[in-house]
Amino acid sequence: MPLSVKHLLGIKELTVQDIEQIFQTADEFKQVLQRPIKKVPTLRDTTVANIFFENSTRTRLSFELAEKRLGADVVNFSASGSSVSKGETLIDTVNNILAMKVDMVVMRHSASGAPWFLANHIDASIVNAGDGINEHPTQALLDSFSIRERLGSLKGKRIAIIGDIMHSRVALSNIYCLAKLGAEVTVSGPPTLIPKHIESLGVRVEYNVKKALEWCDVANVLRIQLERQHKPLFSTLREYALFYGINKQMLDGLKKKIIIMHPGPINRGVEINSDVADSGQSIILNQVENGVAIRMAVIYLLSGKKDAQLSI
Amino acid sequence: MKTLLNKDQLNITLQRLAHQLVENHLSFKDTAIIGIQPRGIYLSDRIAHMVRNITGQKRIDYGRLDITFYRDDVQSRDIQVPSDTDIAFSIENKSVILIDDVLHTGRTIRSAMDALIDYGRPKNVELLVLVDRRFSRELPIQPDYVGHTVDTILTQKVKVYWKEKDGKDEVVLIDKV
Repeated sequence: MPLSVKHLLGIKELTVQDIEQIFQTADEFKQVLQRPIKKVPTLRDTTVANIFFENSTRTRLSFELAEKRLGADVVNFSASGSSVSKGETLIDTVNNILAMKVDMVVMRHSASGAPWFLANHIDASIVNAGDGINEHPTQALLDSFSIRERLGSLKGKRIAIIGDIMHSRVALSNIYCLAKLGAEVTVSGPPTLIPKHIESLGVRVEYNVKKALEWCDVANVLRIQLERQHKPLFSTLREYALFYGINKQMLDGLKKKIIIMHPGPINRGVEINSDVADSGQSIILNQVENGVAIRMAVIYLLSGKKDAQLSI
Repeated sequence: MKTLLNKDQLNITLQRLAHQLVENHLSFKDTAIIGIQPRGIYLSDRIAHMVRNITGQKRIDYGRLDITFYRDDVQSRDIQVPSDTDIAFSIENKSVILIDDVLHTGRTIRSAMDALIDYGRPKNVELLVLVDRRFSRELPIQPDYVGHTVDTILTQKVKVYWKEKDGKDEVVLIDKV
């Protein structure tokens, strides 16, 4: 039973069944990754292009490893040092890459919606590796997968997403994903970094980070995305760290041991202190580990017989 | 539809296969049993259970192998969600008995051998199947232990029903139109 979609553009388009299939498949890939031979020959007839118009270390490496461990051939492309700087359009760039017989495209782009635009113009399957401030589906999947691994299930679990909600594609994808899996979500951070009407997505808003921490089972802490903030939204990083940063003292004051997550890259001492990021409660590196298995699952499930009837 | 083995015949066949395994592997000290997902595991569950009873050996290495990622037709059919692989022991230098319900083209077994080798280097690998569809092989693969041999044509299908899964024990030959 394949996924209900041809591309992985956003979590919004996925069904609960799709997500569960991805998790079930990722479970098996995780097992493969723990063997001495961490590779399967499944996609040896597939070529994947990783097209990154925006900086990335984790996501790009993770996708590349996932593709290689599936046996696929991989080509990498980054906007800097390419013909994009000579004025080539997105569709031309991608069509040129596809002309070299590439079967799947993994794309990160700074413009929200870019993968949807591309999906309307090309035949290959597209995996969104982050588009602007919109979605970052594989990150949300690996976050939920990591929580599921720790807590068994997401149903009824309380997840706090803390930090720059406004500019975070991780936050939006997580909200969709957690809601589909039956978790309760609270977003927390400075009012200027929380979009108005976010309650319409079915989440609670809590401006007091301490209260959010007391409420939750899992805190997913996000980075302040200074590169996307075009006007001052809080006075200084130091002030942000004082009011919204998470330190060990706050965690020790809670009644239960909550799980700490962060999608990376971490700004130590800003949104999260080192003594929290490196503590036993942190599953930050498990998230990274699970990322490869999740991406293997997504790429595997999107390959195979192409069916024209599938919606985008 | 024709019944190849009914409940009692199936049980006798399974007993025979289990005894043949014990005859060749005695204490099962250096032997592992591995069932192929998804349909082979009902057979391997039973065989492993019987072997434990016959030998009195409670600790026999028994695992399940999913071959989805090793198929040679990933791109030409609907993508499949994998089943569990559960091999919680080293197969290095062991005798491995692969178990599947029906042997037809041999392609599943080819995939299974590739998958198996990625877990280590077994001393040797044997194949046990409940039903051997003779003369339908597409690869040079033959079983070492056979429950029942049947001559079939391509349009026919051999279906093995298991009580645990399907509510009855029976092996039937179905003529597809």
